[in-house]
Amino acid sequence: MQRPHVLQIQKTCDQEFIKRVERESGQQVSKCYQCGNCGASCGYTFDFDFPVNQIMRLVQLGQKETVLGSRSIWLCANCQACTTRCPCNIEVARVMEALRIMSVAEGVVSKKNILLFYDEFLELVRRYGRVFETGLVARYNIKALKPFTDADLGPQVLMKGKLALKPHKIKGLKAIEEIFKRFESHRGK
Amino acid sequence: MLKRVAYYPGCSCEGMAIEYDQSVRALCYVLGIELVGIPDWNCCGSTPSHSYDPLLGAALAGRNLAIARSQGLDVVMTPCPSCLKALKTANQVFRERPSEFLDVLGMPFSGDVRAISVLQLLYEEIGPNLIQKAVKFPFKNKKIVPYYGCLLTRPPAFAQFDDPENPVSMDRLIEAAGAAVPDFPHKTECCGAALGITQRDVVMRLTGRILDMARAVGADALAVACPLCQQNLDLRQDQVNRALKENFNLPVLYITQIIGCALGIDRKTLGIEKLAVKTDALFQSA
Ligand code: SF4
Ligand code: SF4
Repeated sequence: MQRPHVLQIQKTCDQEFIKRVERESGQQVSKCYQCGNCGASCGYTFDFDFPVNQIMRLVQLGQKETVLGSRSIWLCANCQACTTRCPCNIEVARVMEALRIMSVAEGVVSKKNILLFYDEFLELVRRYGRVFETGLVARYNIKALKPFTDADLGPQVLMKGKLALKPHKIKGLKAIEEIFKRFESHRGK
Repeated sequence: MLKRVAYYPGCSCEGMAIEYDQSVRALCYVLGIELVGIPDWNCCGSTPSHSYDPLLGAALAGRNLAIARSQGLDVVMTPCPSCLKALKTANQVFRERPSEFLDVLGMPFSGDVRAISVLQLLYEEIGPNLIQKAVKFPFKNKKIVPYYGCLLTRPPAFAQFDDPENPVSMDRLIEAAGAAVPDFPHKTECCGAALGITQRDVVMRLTGRILDMARAVGADALAVACPLCQQNLDLRQDQVNRALKENFNLPVLYITQIIGCALGIDRKTLGIEKLAVKTDALFQSA
């Protein structure tokens, strides 16, 4: 019988991981006493593989692989309900964000389509300085192999003159490119 | 009272939320607030930049604050809560990691340009009393529920605006426009935000819940202050109806459109016809 969520805590506890999450999120994860407020406040719990309070517990236990590979960190919409309601004043949403960033860096993103969408968005920012929705949805649909996502919305937004078909290129594109380049070299350090 | 602010519309106000931009501009004009454009502004990076070190988004957003500063302005107003968060995060990252931030940004940055939402401008700088006095066409016998979404008041230490659990700023503004405001328990429940394209089923469920509650409290319309919330609730309302076998028919207006109408600005200028769900019933006197 397969039991996907049985954790061998002693074997897989990664102390370094705990320290890194605390450092990168700026939050003391060890303060969490599992009251469950965050999980109860989160609108996405029904679709998470681990409710956000369990993510917090898994971080405390150093369960790097389980946490960074979870759906939860990518379905999190950064809505801040958890942070607002944590009695220990832990900025839980910042922990989730740090975990997302780490999962990209480690190449273990569970919801690749969401990262793809974000990357396409940033690519447009880099190319044009601004984002135009037509281009974004089109690029995402092609790369995600979902050509008809939101095609039903097209006609009415077009008729109402809401969709720019051409991107607006800003003049300071060079400045934007330089921000991206300096960021990349900073990250490489 | 603020008379002159830098205006950061954000990318959605050039596309799907063009009526938000139109109504913000028209309303500020009528209320005597000068909106100064930020020359050659760029995208703030929004949610997507948060899959990487916050330095990237902070620098992208920071460029706009730096340009506003170079124009001699110290307040930037934006209608979009996601842009607001990005602009404020730029100041925060500057405070927390100044040298790295300045390295990536590559231009002078003072960190003293304050970012506020249009809702904050209307509520704190102009105020419901003044607006009420200016109202010419009150929404008589109509019920409008305010939906604040996630980011305008959360987390409280960061937002520094209104109450995180039971915000009332939009309530007061809607009342000033002459409509009744029923209690609405889902004021700050998340609508699904940017997951509309990638995880549509999640958005159907969350948005459906909000529409369901609005209908249950007898709302004639919802008021929003966020382009993403507006899209999910209005443009996707048909998708919700199909996905959940429902028949919601609730207009979703920007708060700026609601106040604008009450002040007598014509509906075309406010972009009312660009909304997806028809608003006719809202403007018929009961
Ligand atoms: S920020 Fe993320 S984890 Fe926290 S309540 Fe919102 S969706 Fe859930
Ligand atoms: S609300 Fe705070 S203390 Fe409670 S479970 Fe969540 S993170 Fe832990």
